[in-house]
Amino acid sequence: MLNYVVRRLFSALPTLFLIVTISFFLMRLAPGGPFNQEKGLNPVVKANLERQYNLDAPLWKQYLDYLNGLLHGDLGPSYALPDFTVTELFKAGLPISLQLGASALVLALIIGGALGITAALRQNQTADYSVIAVATAGSTIPTFVIAPLLQLFFGLTLKLLPIGGWGGGDVSHKLMPIITLALPQIAIVARLMRGSMIESLRSHHIRTARALGLSDFSVVVKHALRGAVLPIVSYAGPAAAALLTGSIIVETIFQIPGVGRYFVEAALNRDYTLVMGTVVVIAVFTILFNLIVDILYGVLDPRVRYD
Amino acid sequence: MKSVFRVLVASIALLFVTLGSASAEVVYNRGNSADPESLDPHKTSTVYEGHILRDLFEGLVMQDPKAELIPGAAESWTVSDDGKVYTFKLRGDGVWSNGDPVTAQDFVFSFQRLLDPATAAEYAGMLYPIKGAKEINDAATKASPDTLGVKAIDDKTLEVTLNAPTPYFLEMLTHMATYPVNKKNIEQFGADFIKPGNLVSNGSYTLAEFVPNDHIKLIKNPKFFDAANVQIDVVNYIPTEDRSAALKRYEAGELDSNDDLPTEQLEEIRAKFGDQVRIAPYLGTYYYTFKVDKKPWDDPKLRRAISLAIDRDFLAEKVWKNSMIPAYSFVPPGIEGYEPSVADYSEMPQIDREDEAKKILTELGYGPDKPLKMELRFNTSENHQNTAVAVQDMLKPLGVEVSLVNTDTKSHYGLLEQHGDYDVARAGWIADYKDPETFLRLLVTGDGSNYALYSNPEYDALMSKAAAEADPAKRSKLLSEAEAIFVRDTPYIPLLFYSFHNIVSPKLQGFENNVMDVHPTRFIKKTG
Repeated sequence: MLNYVVRRLFSALPTLFLIVTISFFLMRLAPGGPFNQEKGLNPVVKANLERQYNLDAPLWKQYLDYLNGLLHGDLGPSYALPDFTVTELFKAGLPISLQLGASALVLALIIGGALGITAALRQNQTADYSVIAVATAGSTIPTFVIAPLLQLFFGLTLKLLPIGGWGGGDVSHKLMPIITLALPQIAIVARLMRGSMIESLRSHHIRTARALGLSDFSVVVKHALRGAVLPIVSYAGPAAAALLTGSIIVETIFQIPGVGRYFVEAALNRDYTLVMGTVVVIAVFTILFNLIVDILYGVLDPRVRYD
Repeated sequence: MKSVFRVLVASIALLFVTLGSASAEVVYNRGNSADPESLDPHKTSTVYEGHILRDLFEGLVMQDPKAELIPGAAESWTVSDDGKVYTFKLRGDGVWSNGDPVTAQDFVFSFQRLLDPATAAEYAGMLYPIKGAKEINDAATKASPDTLGVKAIDDKTLEVTLNAPTPYFLEMLTHMATYPVNKKNIEQFGADFIKPGNLVSNGSYTLAEFVPNDHIKLIKNPKFFDAANVQIDVVNYIPTEDRSAALKRYEAGELDSNDDLPTEQLEEIRAKFGDQVRIAPYLGTYYYTFKVDKKPWDDPKLRRAISLAIDRDFLAEKVWKNSMIPAYSFVPPGIEGYEPSVADYSEMPQIDREDEAKKILTELGYGPDKPLKMELRFNTSENHQNTAVAVQDMLKPLGVEVSLVNTDTKSHYGLLEQHGDYDVARAGWIADYKDPETFLRLLVTGDGSNYALYSNPEYDALMSKAAAEADPAKRSKLLSEAEAIFVRDTPYIPLLFYSFHNIVSPKLQGFENNVMDVHPTRFIKKTG
């Protein structure tokens, strides 16, 4: 198993290298640059800025310099926020996005999972239909509608929760963002869980288990769930990578200082180094969570072994 | 026993004193549309950091609540008869937050730093009127910083020599790029000098915290010369990108003011918040630029026809919900001593303007058989899009086929800067200082923001003449004449003048409307 993990991690390095290289050059193909703005700069000032940020060097040299920095853990300065290096921005923002994303994910897995199982066990009954209705609604109402509605209701009408800001990490500031992030995930997990549970309950080994006279609880939890959870695991991997690296909508509406906004903002600002930093972080998360999914498969599915 | 009792009483008393002072602390939560790009005054460029830097630093001159020029670190100044030499006398009680006196040498260092090519200051141009400044800023000339026309006569006397009499030089010095930084501070911390805990500043507040995208906390500087009159103890600058969410936070009392509003809901907001909504003109122009070196746009008559056909009143009222004002000159009104040159058709009814536009187009041979094609480019924004669509509709009856091209801001201005291929493009200009020159220089041949590539020797000559003119009234007249040429040639179509959209709690006093939209916290008081 350990062998497998090490092998996988090593094989991820060329992937990461490829992602970095392609992103670096793709980014430069976009028209305009970090210093184009409403107020045009005079050529002398622009030349000073480009020299300062090494943008006057040939592109191949900029690329090599970037790779060199990356190998030393230096993601470079941000062009749009020169007071901070890209590393500093991630150090400040990533823990916040991680907290919100992880809480939303756990909430989604627990609530979505429970709803899905309930629906599957009461297939074609009222409980099942209600879950399907809620799940459909949850996955179709976009977060940019849910978030302001929550703000209006809990913030302005009930005056229970602060409308925005991080408040130094106070729990009252986290509730609405977590709920907003979790709702669509709960819906997706519930639907996946319901489908796979129904299928699992119909399989031969469950029928055998029932024939052997095992209790309902034991059949569902010990045997059916183990098979049914596999699609959730496949889904949760990439979903975790996306959730943990933040959401621009939730972070902008609730004014949360996470890293989700950087993905879009940096690209729009042509903040090359911050874009690259975001790409690296998301790539690493994606690779890591895909690996975790594969390992979990080995644990959960008797047909998969990594020896 | 007695001593134990005494200690107990003393502790309780102390506790009350601390609690008392804690509850008396006045905190101002100030919504600011975006985080600053940098808190280093020499690396700044946006109006958002302007608000913060005005609290942190004190330039030679500053602005009062009405944006009128007042003494800052300099208590007085004299100007030589030829208008070229300014001698500033610094305040005797001006100190840095570390207790060091603010000296003339600090300004020499700061001005040299702003112009040093290695600083890569976007607003280095604010000091270009100073002798030797432009050369020092240009790395190619390798000019020594010592050649700058800024000298410390003694610790408290600063002498600045200009290339030409520049009547707006003092106004330029209100710009945050000219604020001083502390040499020792920079030598000690390098680029990290702007971090909380490191930064030494000379303004009414000092930097306590900076969490990007969350808040910037400033606390009152007890060493500031006028600290006795500064009432607000803590000001938290809170970035409020999402305007609707910011309005909700304001309504819930989480913010005491915000510098923007969701303009699409302006009517409802006005009805709900009454005079807490502050909308008034400030010095900025929203315009369309032609590429005047491209056929057929090289013809001033054709450009005039397009300008005539655009109904500014409709744009201001329907598209911008009266958050903008129709524009017929490039320089907005509101600059004392300057009368903008307004287009001759500004008072003409729209229907007559359209008739004249039609006549011109027919004269030039355009008509149903030979429609005029015009590509209109704008940077992504709902309001820019709505404006462009309205303009497209207005030009249709004249047989002008307008195609719209929407690109993101960087692509848009990248294309304009490289003088790429376009017919007409949107742009905007906000004044850096209160003088018509900040607008009119955009049309001088070769200026970095002359997106039209307009070049008219007559215009350039008037601008140079104005630059050399020491008499303010004569200079104003020259600038006005230059603007009249602009109006005649129409390289840009001024569409609208900007207004600021503030929402300000009744708890705040001293937050006054002004054409520069500047509101230093030291003049604001909060009650209740």
